[in-house]
Amino acid sequence: MGTRELMGDIIPQVPLSDWIESILSVLTTLLSTATRAVSTVFRNGIRGITGFLDTLPPIVLILVLVGIAWAIAGRRIAIGSFLGFLFIWNIGLWGAMVSTLVLVFFATILAVAMGLPLGIVAGLSDRFFLIVKPILDFMQTMPAFVYLIPAIPFFGLGATSAIMSTVIFSIPPTIRLTALGIRQIDKELVEAADSFGSTTYQKLVKLQLPLSLPTVMAGINQTIMLALSMVVIASMIGAGGLGGEVWRAIQRLRPGDGFAAGLAVVILAMILDRVTQKIAAQDRKAS
Amino acid sequence: MSDNNSEKANVKISLRNVYKVFGKNAARGVELSKKGLSKDEILEKTKLAVGVSNVSFDVYEGETLVVMGLSGSGKSTLIRCVNRIMDPTAGEILIDDVDITKLNDDELREVRRKKFSMVFQSFALFPHRRVIENVEYGLEIQGVDKEVRREKAETALKLVGLDGWGDYYPENLSGGMKQRVGLARALSVDPDILLMDEAFSALDPLIRSDMQDELIALNDRVRKTILFITHDLDEALKMGDRIVLMKDGYVVQIGTPEEILTNPADEYVQRFVANVDITKVLTAQDVMKIHSPVAFVKDGPRVALRKMKEHGLSGMFVVKSSGELVGHLTADKAAQAAKNEDKWLDQVTDRDSVLSVPLDQPVRTLFPMVESGNPIAVVDEDHHFKGVIVRGSILAALAESHSDSTSIDEPSELASKVLTPGSNNEAASDEADKENN
Repeated sequence: MGTRELMGDIIPQVPLSDWIESILSVLTTLLSTATRAVSTVFRNGIRGITGFLDTLPPIVLILVLVGIAWAIAGRRIAIGSFLGFLFIWNIGLWGAMVSTLVLVFFATILAVAMGLPLGIVAGLSDRFFLIVKPILDFMQTMPAFVYLIPAIPFFGLGATSAIMSTVIFSIPPTIRLTALGIRQIDKELVEAADSFGSTTYQKLVKLQLPLSLPTVMAGINQTIMLALSMVVIASMIGAGGLGGEVWRAIQRLRPGDGFAAGLAVVILAMILDRVTQKIAAQDRKAS
Repeated sequence: MSDNNSEKANVKISLRNVYKVFGKNAARGVELSKKGLSKDEILEKTKLAVGVSNVSFDVYEGETLVVMGLSGSGKSTLIRCVNRIMDPTAGEILIDDVDITKLNDDELREVRRKKFSMVFQSFALFPHRRVIENVEYGLEIQGVDKEVRREKAETALKLVGLDGWGDYYPENLSGGMKQRVGLARALSVDPDILLMDEAFSALDPLIRSDMQDELIALNDRVRKTILFITHDLDEALKMGDRIVLMKDGYVVQIGTPEEILTNPADEYVQRFVANVDITKVLTAQDVMKIHSPVAFVKDGPRVALRKMKEHGLSGMFVVKSSGELVGHLTADKAAQAAKNEDKWLDQVTDRDSVLSVPLDQPVRTLFPMVESGNPIAVVDEDHHFKGVIVRGSILAALAESHSDSTSIDEPSELASKVLTPGSNNEAASDEADKENN
């Protein structure tokens, strides 16, 4: 405190937080119609899907999810997933896990849908890469909680805000690794494609994307993991799910409930990680 | 000889005062380079890297032109300027009289599709595509029908001897085979010009030599204009109709392999040339004695004997008055014929075991022949006698072509090579040492 007062005597404090708040309030007013619409669409969509999944008997949904895991990652990981899901169901957190999974799914879809094109542009354009890189660094070093605050005035408390802050928090790896994947392709390969008279699009589709796919998949895997961690944190603004259970346990000082929910998060994380890693590995083998 | 040819042939590629400078404000680098500052001086002064400086030369249709230089000489930059994978900073590059430095992106792409193919040092095969899909690539991006392009790709694979390898992935192939795929990919689009950037440098020596031979044979059939980049002078001499020697971004000398070897433009070229095994390049024509005496069939034994005596020879070649080689006559046989009062040399001339070689026989292959001690006749296509090769004449020619450029001890090394035919340098000098002892 002492240093701050001393500083204030010589140079007046920069009203950084005031500025940011005025910018945000202007933006929320300007964009309120749009953000409210987005919020409604998301809320209804998520509510619909979660509601539908809730009507399914847990065992049916477990079998479907395990089937997907088997198809992608093989028997071993499928068996592990089956046991993990059974355990979560058993400790009474199945409903919370499903709503977390839905949030992660939506956030990842959005993050990849935006991150992939941005990553491609950053991979192809040196200038854009130079601009984007510090922004990505900034986004990843900013404490995750901070993203929660501006989401509320835009989208209100609830799932939409949770998804939006999750997208912002989890998008950097997809952008970064897509750009990296394209950039690390052997220069002579790109020259070869050029020398035959490829168009930019042909070069991208026939050479750069296929060859960068393993790296892109690694980026998407990281995005999913970050999305999961952020969705848990977003329980603070009413995202619900497993994070909500943890949050409630903190408020009621019930460490047992907190650890149980935390364990469920770990199990879900492991399943998501192993399955998506397998996708990346398969791509690498094929290429 | 090459000059006469070149005047007749069409100019396919013409480089005129081409510069390539890397860095911001590259034009300043060009300016300084024009003022005569060296690459190092410009780098020190402005942080600009001069890749290519004032390079001008023509490549004629159907010619194989080799650009040769050490790493950093700008040769790889230069070849990339020719199809504008890199944009030259200044100068003109004419392909069939069209300056490609002035083309827009669409026009440039069209020229690349129709006129160029490039073969790369590291092969640059697409690892995610099968061999046949690699070969098809050029046609595929031109929108050629699947069946048509598959057929053309198969033909190209056959041409490079990789029939049946189409379904493999590049990673399953050896280095030599990979470069054959690279070559097939380049040939499948039937380009006018092949740009080969150190195409064989990554291959091990035996495979490299095979590939060189095959490219030469292949090009006899497909007749492409080839711009070939290498750092290996032996390769340059073998592949090139003409050679452009580069150093520090500029051209040091342009000429036929013989011109480069026998008349190096400056010390730099001389130093290069000094390392070359000259015996691979010189031919029988270069080392034969032209004004050697011969006996004519109509001469008769006494005349032949007198000629031998005059020139101090123990034998000589017999030719018809048309110049056609008949055989070889030793002094003994001539004396015997004279005793028998033969009128003609017919009966005593040895026709069967006589050694004769064409004009373009490489000197290297002559060593085992001169070893026997018998002289060799050099004949043209019509079997007309042109000259004689004896061991001494090879030595003399080698010593002469090296006398300007090499130090005093080198002729003896060369001599040792001649004395030990077919062996490599080290073995040769070893044996020479033994002999000296």
